[in-house]
Amino acid sequence: MKRILGLWINGRWREEAVAENALLLDYLRDGLGLTGTKQGCDGGECGACTVLIDDQPRLACSTLAHSVAGRRVETVEGLATEGNISRLQRAFHEKLGTQCGFCTPGMLMAAEGLLRKNPHPGRDEIRSALAGNLCRCTGYVKIIESVEVAAGVPA
Amino acid sequence: MSMPDFQLLRPTTAADAVAMRAANAASRYVAGGTDLLPNIRRGLVEASVIIDLGNIAELTHIEFGSDALHIGAGTRLATIAGDAAIRSRFAALAQAAEAVAGPTHRAAATLGGNLCLDTRCVYYNQSEFWRESNDYCMKLKGEGCRVAKKSKRCYAAFSGDVAPALIALDAEIEILGPNGSRRIAIADFYRDDGMAWLTLAPDELLTGVHIPLCDGWTTAYEKVRVRGAIDFPLAGIAVALKRKGDTLEELRIACTGVSSRPLAVEGLDELKGKPLDAAALAIIVAQTEIAAGAMRTTLVEVLYRRGVAPVLARRITERLWNAAA
Repeated sequence: MKRILGLWINGRWREEAVAENALLLDYLRDGLGLTGTKQGCDGGECGACTVLIDDQPRLACSTLAHSVAGRRVETVEGLATEGNISRLQRAFHEKLGTQCGFCTPGMLMAAEGLLRKNPHPGRDEIRSALAGNLCRCTGYVKIIESVEVAAGVPA
Repeated sequence: MSMPDFQLLRPTTAADAVAMRAANAASRYVAGGTDLLPNIRRGLVEASVIIDLGNIAELTHIEFGSDALHIGAGTRLATIAGDAAIRSRFAALAQAAEAVAGPTHRAAATLGGNLCLDTRCVYYNQSEFWRESNDYCMKLKGEGCRVAKKSKRCYAAFSGDVAPALIALDAEIEILGPNGSRRIAIADFYRDDGMAWLTLAPDELLTGVHIPLCDGWTTAYEKVRVRGAIDFPLAGIAVALKRKGDTLEELRIACTGVSSRPLAVEGLDELKGKPLDAAALAIIVAQTEIAAGAMRTTLVEVLYRRGVAPVLARRITERLWNAAA
């Protein structure tokens, strides 16, 4: 059954009828066409579906859409402003933090959540923040270096 | 696989939640959703009504009373792990909360959810296709236990990290039912049965825990797992001890991941009033071996899990003993 859901998506308020059983992941991808958020393991094990809910990284595959009513949801599509990719995205681009790209949106959102809370994290803090995000290309070193560059650590 | 259809209810008080549960026989509670929602999607759990506990403010308190710490069941694990007072005064609890999965899980997962975590088994936590191909098992749709073929019971393992810490801390659990609330020792909350591992009645709700103040004790929780950052415990050990000079005044050890319930290691009373010497450590190892009767519920060798639990118990106890000197 559908019910009205109101929430902020990438800074814009939306209200629409959404099925009660919809996962946030399905609502974002199928309902809004925001396919940047990836569906990976579908069981909360890989982190590919990581989005920000009120600035905190959360798994969209293990979250009911209606349970975030009224909250601020941000996806990878919301990182760029006026057509310019963010400092974090640029760091991933320049430091080769992306290989096949499938884990990248989740990595970006987990890292974005960390940098908002802690603008100058150490390597261990970055590793802890990304602990729930798997990279099937195993490009972890470059990913961590990318976050370090975004945090202002000299490359 | 898509989500099966269900009706979603969002109560704002614990009493409303209990009333909704009583009114809908095929309903289930969901708190953080990190365990239940993937299980529903995989066809492990069926429910036509889901009662979302995320809007109940009265279940999210952390209060230091005169004799106990009170924590609401809806408190997020990340909140518990990050609470400075809990970290310094109830180290085992903070360490256990921090040891659960990855940061995105802990931001959603709750204390109550971790205490009620479904038991896990390599024959159960699989896709419908996998389980059907394997002719299912007694925990869901099938017959017999694949882990212990002649067994009449299910050996799926309880894998929550917080429960052993609360057993070592001698905590009590608060439960709300249609006829009011009741309090029980946390050990009595569990049963040694992979299919019915909680003593919670279907119409009851876990609302919080009460942990006696333990100033003067030192406590810790540690687990071993395949991937250090995210996995469930292959074995987890919580220790709480009180040292007075050169003698051990109190010692409690509890384990998780090695049977269908988290449980206290027994037979440690004889160590009280004595120093923690080699003979005492040998008793700790022997008694933990008895408690940690892991079965083949993970891909990792049973002998490793049975062997590592006593080693963890010995190491943590020794470390706490030295730290308390």
